[in-house]
Parts: sequence; structure tokens; C-alpha cells
Amino acid sequence: MRLYLAVAAGGFRRYATYGTATAAGVFTNTVFGFIVAYTYIALWEERPGLGGYDQAQALTFVWVSQSLLAAGALIGGGFQEEIQERVRTGDIAVDLYRPADLQMWWLAADMGRAAFQLLGRGLVPLVAGALAFPLALPVDPLRWLLFLVSVTLGLVVSFAVRYLLGLLAFWLMDGSGINMMATVVSIFFSGMLLPLTVFPGGFGEFVRALPWAAMLQVPMDVLLGKHAGAGGAARALGFQAGWALVLLGAGRLLQSAATRKVVVQGG
Amino acid sequence: MAAAVTATVVAAPAVPAAERRRGRVREGLRGYGLIVAMWIRSTMTYRTSFALSVFGNATITFLDFLAIYIMFSHVDVLGGFTLPEIALLYGSCSASLGLADLLMGNTDRIGVRIRDGSLDTMLVRPVPVLAQVAADRFALRRLGRVGQGLGVLGWALWTLDVDWTAGKVLLVPVMIVAGAAIFAAVMVAGAAFQFLAGDAAEVQNSFTYGGCTMLQYPPTIFAKDLLRGVTFVVPLAFVNWLPALYVLGRPDPLGLPGWVAYLSPLVAFAVFLPASLAWRAGVRSYRSTGS
Repeated sequence: MRLYLAVAAGGFRRYATYGTATAAGVFTNTVFGFIVAYTYIALWEERPGLGGYDQAQALTFVWVSQSLLAAGALIGGGFQEEIQERVRTGDIAVDLYRPADLQMWWLAADMGRAAFQLLGRGLVPLVAGALAFPLALPVDPLRWLLFLVSVTLGLVVSFAVRYLLGLLAFWLMDGSGINMMATVVSIFFSGMLLPLTVFPGGFGEFVRALPWAAMLQVPMDVLLGKHAGAGGAARALGFQAGWALVLLGAGRLLQSAATRKVVVQGG
Repeated sequence: MAAAVTATVVAAPAVPAAERRRGRVREGLRGYGLIVAMWIRSTMTYRTSFALSVFGNATITFLDFLAIYIMFSHVDVLGGFTLPEIALLYGSCSASLGLADLLMGNTDRIGVRIRDGSLDTMLVRPVPVLAQVAADRFALRRLGRVGQGLGVLGWALWTLDVDWTAGKVLLVPVMIVAGAAIFAAVMVAGAAFQFLAGDAAEVQNSFTYGGCTMLQYPPTIFAKDLLRGVTFVVPLAFVNWLPALYVLGRPDPLGLPGWVAYLSPLVAFAVFLPASLAWRAGVRSYRSTGS
């Protein structure tokens, strides 16, 4: 456990050194927040209560999702490119040789990265949004606590999906095509483009059951108090935990298949 | 011996300045073409991945547009604009950004190259640095976005009931090309900024990708100050808003006269001047990170 905490701290520090990149990211998230906020205002003025949100809640959705974007690596920028590169160069053999579990190692490193992104890239856009628009942020500390638990579970689900993608490098020599597809899917199905509650009919129910919903839509709804009561909260967090377990399990299976495939060249 | 050297030095400027500049442009284009050809060959090594990336690239814009389509399953107009009208905005700016991204998009990698020192190798090669940076990792898959944009634009033009005149017909292709040139100039300026700020590729993205996200929607939904900013400061409004409003026969929310719709090529040229000056200043100020 101490080992993985050290790995996580390393992940945090590593991203903390990119000061300019973080500032540039904060700027980007804020600019996008403004643009999307104006389109949502136009949309919710036309249709008040769309997707079960009033206008302030819709605006909260915009700004909090900008704050979670980098932490959840929803537009890429996580570790999967790194795994793919290490498989391509053969450095993955070193990782397999370590007295640590490969999946846990990368999970710890990615959680450290996410923790930094949450603080470094999350707070400023949210403050900017709260100053410029009327947001519906809760005052109940318990709600915020539940939100943080939900965000953490969402980050684990996001990790588990990207770990599967990273391992695909053992079979596909070049991961850029897969990564691009993954980005497209995660932006659309997480609720980043439009809250999933706005998606109509059966298609809407389908997208709300997919793992990407656990990355953004569920934490957002927990924050906005859409899962009221102990039962509602348990259902929301249970949905996330369920996907986390299934996907981490799939990652373990794929990992053991992949390590059997490794051929280490001496020299 | 010394006299001979002096003679050569003096002889060099005998070639007219304009001709030398043209020579450099030709040299730059040739170098650009060679590097692009190399990257295309390298991409084609992994054909499955290439096919997936072209498809993925086209799908990005498709899902973007699907989100707008879903919005319109709940409303009839957004900011007073119908879905085909927004499709015109969406398609034109997507095609422009796609073209600029295809030709110049990798200039944003310069921050990484400054950090890891690999820009040094580019400086000693006999090809202008901008041509090398622009062609760096040239990604043919970006044709996917151009195709998607043109597809949506085609659907919009087919569906819309436009009162066509010769000027309006001419304005559509001009809007795409000038829009691409404006985005490309922003990309060059962004790359120049990275000499100053280090790895700040995302700032560039907020003007290009962020700008395009904004230009997909009608200008009527944004605050007036924002509109002034993207008209007079970073003139993104000339990418598609002003020409498209003219084609649609709608007034500009800032009250600009109709003929400004035709200014996009001039504006593109005007933004390239400061961008290229900034780029030259950036390259001159470059200090290698060392070994």
C-alpha cells in the first residue's frame, strides 16, 4: 500500500511540474466554459426545465464538467499513450519485472495525476464560472462529500477503460486510431457535449447505462441532488462501483493474456 | 583571398530582394511537400490504424453535429436560427478548421519540441523552420473532418431556401478558404507564443477549436462584448459568421454593413502579417535548452 501511495504522489508531482501547460489548460477550460454556457442559456431559454434541469443547474453542469474534464482524461491526455509507447519500445518488460502489480501501479499513478488535475485545472474555471453566471452549487457539505466519492469512482471507471485501451497495444502496433475513437466516444457518451438526460427516449436510456455515464453524468447528478435520499445515492454510487469492478476485472484478464504474449529480447 | 570573400559577400545582395524571397517560399513549399510525403508513407504502414483514424476524425464532427441535432429535437430555433441555418455555420467552420488543421495543425507541437530540444535539429536543416514545424507529423486522417464539414455544409445549402446571387455563390468557397487561412494564421501566432510561454499548446486550441465551437452557433446567442472581441481583436467572425449571415440575408448583431462579408480574404492576409512577424521574432529569440 505504501508503495502505491508513493507512486500516486509521484504522479501528482510529475504533473505539478508542468506549470505553463496547466495555466494554458485552465485558460482553455474557461474559454470553452463561456462558449458552452452561452449556448446552454439559449437552449434553456427556449426550453426551460430541459433534461430535468433549470437554467442555473444547466450552467452548473457546464462549469463543473469543464472542471472534471482534465482529471477524468475525457479528451485524452492520460497514460494510455504512455503504455502503448512502452509496449512499442519494449520498456514494458521492465514494468512487468517490478515487484508490483502492473494494473495497480498504473492506477496509483493515474490517481495522482487526476488529483493534481482536479486541483490545478478544476478550481479556477469553476470560480470563474460562479463569478460570471448564477450557478446552483449546493451548500450542504454532505452533498459535496458524496460528490467527491462519486468523482473518485468516476475516475476509477475512466482509468479502467483507458487501461484496456493501453493494453490493446500488445496486439495493435499503433494506438493512435484507437485513442482517437476512444476520445470521441468518451466526449459524447459522458455527457460532455450535452447532458445525457437530454438524450431522447430509448437511446437516452441506453447511453445512461454505459460506463461513460459513470465518468461525468453521475457525479454531476449527485452534485445537483438528482439522486436524493440514501437509496438514490446508493444506487448512483453502486452503478459506478459496478462498472469499476467489471472493467477492472476485464483489465486483469486482458493483462494476463497480454503478458503471456510478451517476448523479451535479450541483448 | 580576403578580397575574394568580400566580393562574394557583396555579390550576394545583387539578386533582387523580391526574387530571393520568392526563392525562399519555393524552397519552403518544396521542403513542406517532401516532409508531408514522408509522413504519409509512414502513416500508410499501419493501414488499419489509418482507416480507423480517418473514420474517427469524421465521427468527431459527426457526434458534435449529432449533439446539435439532439438539441433541435427539443427546440425549433436556437437564438432565432433553424437547424439548416446552424448547419451552414457548423459545416463552413468545420471545413475551414479541418483544412487549417490538415495543413498547419501540428505547429502546436512546437512547445514539446522546445522543451525536449528537438527544435535544434530543425534549425540546422536547409528548410525554413515554419515549413518543417507545419509538416511535422502531417496527419492525412484530418481529411475526415474536412469531409464531414463539407458534407454538413452541402446538406445545409441543399435544404436552405437562399436567395442566390452571383456574389453569394462566390462567397461560399471564398468563406471556406479564407476561413482556413485565418485559422492557420492563428495557429502560427499560437506557435510563436510558445517560444515565449513554453508548452502552451492549449491556449492555441482555445482560439482554434474553441473558436470553431463558438462559430457553430449563431452570433445572436453570445454577449455583445464577446462578438466585438472576435470581430475586431481576433477576427474569427470573418471565418464564417459575417459571410454566412450575408448568404442567409440576416443582419449582423453588431450592425456592420453587408459588404464586410466580402472582407474575409483581406482579413486573413491582415492577420498573417502580425502572425508571421511574431513567428520570426520567436525563432530569433529561441535559446536552445542545451544538452
